[in-house]
Amino acid sequence: MKSWPALLSGLLFGMGLSLAGMTDPGKVQGFLDITGAWLPDLAFVMGGALLITLTMTSLILRRDKPLLASSFNMPTLKTIDGRLIVGSLIFGVGWGLSAIALVPLWSALSMAMTPRWCSASP
Amino acid sequence: MSAIELLETYITPLLGGLTLGVAAMWLLFSLGRVAGISGIVWGVMAGPDRQWRGFFVAGLLVGGLIIHTVIGIPIPEQSSTSLSLVALSGLLVGFGTRIGGGCTSGHGVCGIGRQSLRSIVATITFMAAGVLTVFVIRHVVGGAL
Repeated sequence: MKSWPALLSGLLFGMGLSLAGMTDPGKVQGFLDITGAWLPDLAFVMGGALLITLTMTSLILRRDKPLLASSFNMPTLKTIDGRLIVGSLIFGVGWGLSAIALVPLWSALSMAMTPRWCSASP
Repeated sequence: MSAIELLETYITPLLGGLTLGVAAMWLLFSLGRVAGISGIVWGVMAGPDRQWRGFFVAGLLVGGLIIHTVIGIPIPEQSSTSLSLVALSGLLVGFGTRIGGGCTSGHGVCGIGRQSLRSIVATITFMAAGVLTVFVIRHVVGGAL
């Protein structure tokens, strides 16, 4: 399978996350803190993303095959079972605990790669 | 609310979200794959299809770097959370997403975009668990963690 389309998608995804402030655990935790100082950021991020995916997914899946691959590789599971619920509960606890989802965690790694001169400002 | 506050509170999160959506739709359109980060990261480690997944993760890191350095959006301050708590949290995130089959991106952005009932249920479940967890650590134990 070609790799450059995945690189491009990852680039855009990482840019979107950082632009959205989702590399800041405080903003994610602020969104989950509905009884405290609630921060709406994540709602706008999800809203923006869903605006695109809800309209485009069915249009794309109408095609016979993807542009650069032989077939669509979509999840086939349909059942709502214990695994789904228990797994999501465990993820949710971990997510809230330090508000680092895998997503921000990986993007946050880019900070570690940032040259010193880039973080010279306080 | 000043123009800067308006921009920071609403516009940049919305723009970031739209960008995420475009990124996910490009992956679906070009390679026919779901942009679920937990699954992709798992795939890099465990296979199969390590190559495109590796390129995606590399792009993810560089993309963040571009925004923070080239465009100059400040890098968020280091969390004061203890390292052991981050490790525990990471363990739960990794374990939970493997059992539940996805995270905020796979279930939340792509799955709901596909109008998958499984993903809607998963998203409501992990959001509720996250809300409850933050409630406990911020308002019950009072940020002692």
